[in-house]
Amino acid sequence: MTTSPMTTSKPTVVLVGYGMVGHRFLEALADSGAADRYRVVVLAEEPRHAYDRVALTSYFSGRSADDLLLAEEGFADRHGFEVHLSSPVASIDRDAKTVTTAAGHTVGYDTLVLATGSYPFVPPVDGKDAEGCFVYRTIEDLEAIEAYAATANVGAVVGGGLLGLEAAGALKGLGLETHVVEFAPRLMPVQVDEGGGEALRRTIEEMGVVVHTGVGTKTVVVEDGKARGMTFTDGSELETDLVIFSAGVRPRDQLARDCGLDVGERGGIAVDDFCKTSDENVFAIGECALAVDGRVYGLVAPGYEMAQAVAQQLADEACKPFTGADLSTKLKLLGVDVASFGDAFGTTEGSLDVVYSDSRSGIYKKLVVTADGALLGGILVGDAEAYSSLRPLAGTGNPLPVPAESLVLPAGSGAPVSLGSSALPDDAVVCNCHNVTKGQVRSAVTEHSCTTVPEVKKCTKAGTGCGSCIKLLSTIVTDELEASGVEVDKGLCPCFAHTRAELYEIVRVKRIATHRQLLAEHGRAPEGAEGCEVCKPTVGSIIASLAPELEASGHILDGEQAALQDTNDHFLANLQKNGSYSVVPRIPGGEITPEKLIVIGEVARDFGLYTKITGGQRIDLFGASVDQLPQIWSRLVAAGFESGHAYGKSLRTVKSCVGSTWCRYGVQDSVAMAIHLELRYRGLRSPHKLKSAVSGCARECAEARGKDFGVIATSNGWNLYVGGNGGATPRHADLLAQDLDDEQLIRLIDRFLMFYIRTADRLERTSTWLERIEGGLDHVRDVVVNDSLGICADLEALMANHVADYQDEWAATLADPDRMRRFVSFVNAPGVPDPSIRFTPERDQIKPDLVLLATEEELLAALDPDNALLETR
Amino acid sequence: MTTVATTTRVELLTGRSWTTVCDWERLVPGRGVAVLLPDGTQAAVFRDHADRLYAVANRDPFTGAYVLSRGLVGSTADGRVYVASPLLKQRFDLATGECLDDETVRIPVHTARLGDV
Ligand SMILES: Cc1cc2nc3c(=O)[nH]c(=O)nc-3n(C[C@H](O)[C@H](O)[C@H](O)COP(=O)(O)OP(=O)(O)OC[C@H]3O[C@@H](n4cnc5c(N)ncnc54)[C@H](O)[C@@H]3O)c2cc1C
Ligand code: HEM
Ligand code: SF4
Ligand code: FES
Repeated sequence: MTTSPMTTSKPTVVLVGYGMVGHRFLEALADSGAADRYRVVVLAEEPRHAYDRVALTSYFSGRSADDLLLAEEGFADRHGFEVHLSSPVASIDRDAKTVTTAAGHTVGYDTLVLATGSYPFVPPVDGKDAEGCFVYRTIEDLEAIEAYAATANVGAVVGGGLLGLEAAGALKGLGLETHVVEFAPRLMPVQVDEGGGEALRRTIEEMGVVVHTGVGTKTVVVEDGKARGMTFTDGSELETDLVIFSAGVRPRDQLARDCGLDVGERGGIAVDDFCKTSDENVFAIGECALAVDGRVYGLVAPGYEMAQAVAQQLADEACKPFTGADLSTKLKLLGVDVASFGDAFGTTEGSLDVVYSDSRSGIYKKLVVTADGALLGGILVGDAEAYSSLRPLAGTGNPLPVPAESLVLPAGSGAPVSLGSSALPDDAVVCNCHNVTKGQVRSAVTEHSCTTVPEVKKCTKAGTGCGSCIKLLSTIVTDELEASGVEVDKGLCPCFAHTRAELYEIVRVKRIATHRQLLAEHGRAPEGAEGCEVCKPTVGSIIASLAPELEASGHILDGEQAALQDTNDHFLANLQKNGSYSVVPRIPGGEITPEKLIVIGEVARDFGLYTKITGGQRIDLFGASVDQLPQIWSRLVAAGFESGHAYGKSLRTVKSCVGSTWCRYGVQDSVAMAIHLELRYRGLRSPHKLKSAVSGCARECAEARGKDFGVIATSNGWNLYVGGNGGATPRHADLLAQDLDDEQLIRLIDRFLMFYIRTADRLERTSTWLERIEGGLDHVRDVVVNDSLGICADLEALMANHVADYQDEWAATLADPDRMRRFVSFVNAPGVPDPSIRFTPERDQIKPDLVLLATEEELLAALDPDNALLETR
Repeated sequence: MTTVATTTRVELLTGRSWTTVCDWERLVPGRGVAVLLPDGTQAAVFRDHADRLYAVANRDPFTGAYVLSRGLVGSTADGRVYVASPLLKQRFDLATGECLDDETVRIPVHTARLGDV
């Protein structure tokens, strides 16, 4: 059958390939309003509409194929695009201006757009086609890998580039012993240099992925048609059940070759700067095209620019020629930040490198600058915080506003430097994905009167791609608003114009004991508003921490409080990714008797829970369903355990080292002090979680200076440090006071914590609070040590009330039938367990079954038809 | 018996019949409950402070977990009442199922009513 363009009066555009770039082309055509001037026929090889290939790996973390689709439902119909799935094109006849699909269907075109993408390159080694060998490009590939991995123990990825590392992360996530084999001497040879590759390698190896660099794959060893191992060019061997080839991609240019279009020597359909091939009626865009600068771009952003350019030509709009693109990237690979931008390898003549490298923490930062200090490019591994502010500066020729070395040094070594938005010229590209400049963002604020980041995102599209520029975007927007005299909203949320600290004062002074009253009297939302997920828990926490003063019930399951708390507080347990909960009993100071350890073991065994020792010196039990929580806790409470408050914004643990009782270096009893502090501050509701530790001497084995309040023993008593933090933005705590006796120490901590609770913002840890608050550490010392505001007696009284009022939330809950009623999975079927919470085995324990959650069908299919659970009503 | 105290019950339309959920008084304003439907799927039922009743699917489309009933209820400046997922905090309009943070996502909405017994 032949459809001739003559049967319709509109010219026909045929799009071959419906991947990411093809979809963008359709979107751009629709946006330009030109869609109805053409008949548009889309011939797609894959069995589904275009999906987000960049986010492909998220399939393994539970996103279904449907979630990955790029178009909203009905997109093609709405614009009259005729999409034919599973219809690969087999040939093109340029004289007749027709294309023919593999099934023999012929379609005529006036304009042909090729967007066929690329295919994974598989090196021609023996055994490459054995069962157990895969590539990593489509949803079908991932489905096949997932199914095969279920019976495999070891997996190897050939290729240590961007995709290879993503694939390795996926194999690791599937529970396989994972190897990466890279021919080049380092990982990600295209993006990072030797130093960066080394930092990346160390961090990735620490995660348990085995990295082999500088070796080529010789053969895949095959037994009974299945992959069993690999041999390498250096003579070594590896036993493996599963191999993923990720050794680069090649443009899919066969169709173009067959019909005589010009292709590059090393592949790619040659196009001019308007994406036109050697035939003026044929365009090529995306990964199949060879751009005028002689490159084939394997990233999605340049493809999007090409798609835009062709759509503009079809719409007769002025079109920006595509002459090449920036290859800057920022990625999170296996949890490690990797960014490279501009002239990352210093190929510009006369360029100089400024390098900071810390192999212990896997951080590597290199900036490439000109002799007079203008930024050319750079590589950041392990900490890519600065990427969004540095990338736009690269190549602008403007000298850096601060010395380059201050930009690579870690915070804490001298004054930490971060670039404000004023350092950027207006033509600097802020959002790389959508090619939006700082000037465009500013004019969105000044000319289109956008006042929030979401509005600017909508208006300019900036920040709607990979999202890496959002932080910079919000600084520019705030700076611009402030510059134009607009009052920047410091309110907690849309419901309140006050900060958390202001609300705390209002609640305290006016003795307001409910969120509803506070909202009605002090909110800015219309009458009858519900409040929101930000102010409800924040106000709930303020009321809970002032409960004795307000004569309100401190129990977080009571009265209105019940409706304010996040689900974790609501069920006194921590919600996990599959809807199950974790149980964390308090183990003060990390000290526990053998009897209690046995009880934890028995409870975990009897309820089939996963157990893990946390970094906070206690034991987490994972995988409990809502209805198991009371049963588990009644056993724990009977054995003398109490809630560990792992679910609340409150004190977590006070870690301790062994201390003077056993340790030959110890000068004070750190364990006794840690237990005392943990019992004193347990259950204290605060703006964010609080962590603490006590070390028995200056060797600091408990890492107290990484804590919100840390105590280190001296021969004369204790030193108190405050404002420390671990994690992503580590900060060593600052010394607040030295050589305190027990009583002085406790009094000072009481004051410090209450002052923090009173003045900090929502979700502001002590470390950021200490840096934000006017006057910093000196001011805090003045207030809590020298009582400069005369409030210390108040602060101490507040803490005394907290201590006197403390009750174990779990014991109280178990004793109250009213509170117990909420611990059911289904209100209409008490006693029926939630069928969506299931587990699969891993290393002799359980882990969440996420496959079951992928789609509703998965869940229904897994339901046992004979199961009479629904009859209980 | 001659005098029967009437309680109001919450019911959900499932197919062509109504499934009983629970007593109206069991619902706490601003919070939800999960309901197991006869076909094995799950719904989340909410009551807001104006005593309006809502029912949507319990599955959070961003994570796949059946947890929306455990989210917090809120309202926007223009009065749309929503639930925020307890996992990654995306908000869903309880009346329309629309995700307020991502226009391309929408969750199913169920028809619910109050019936006297
Ligand atoms: C796991 C993974 C992670 C990635 N991560 C990133 C990232 O972080 N950043 C980034 O910028 N890029 C990334 N990429 C690359 C990015 O996905 C590609 O650059 C982008 O998909 C290219 O779009 P395209 O439309 O040119 O090709 P594709 O998306 O591959 O689409 C081409 C389509 O054409 C179809 N087709 C081919 N031949 C025919 C034919 N004869 N007839 C009909 N249909 C045909 C194919 O089946 C395919 O559906 C990643 C890729 C993968 C696989
Ligand atoms: C903002 C980032 C963080 C979040 C959201 C977070 C969240 C959590 C949560 C939810 C738990 C409880 C786990 C459970 O039982 O379900 C937990 C426990 C823990 N976290 Fe974090 N965490 C963060 C950062 C950190 C950092 C930076 C560190 C270390 C430096 C850390 C160390 C710990 C430890 C040691 C525990 C176990 C503590 C205990 O036994 O109660 N966390 N974290
Ligand atoms: S900090 Fe000092 S007392 Fe504590 S374990 Fe280390 S060496 Fe011993
Ligand atoms: S740079 Fe990716 S969204 Fe802006």
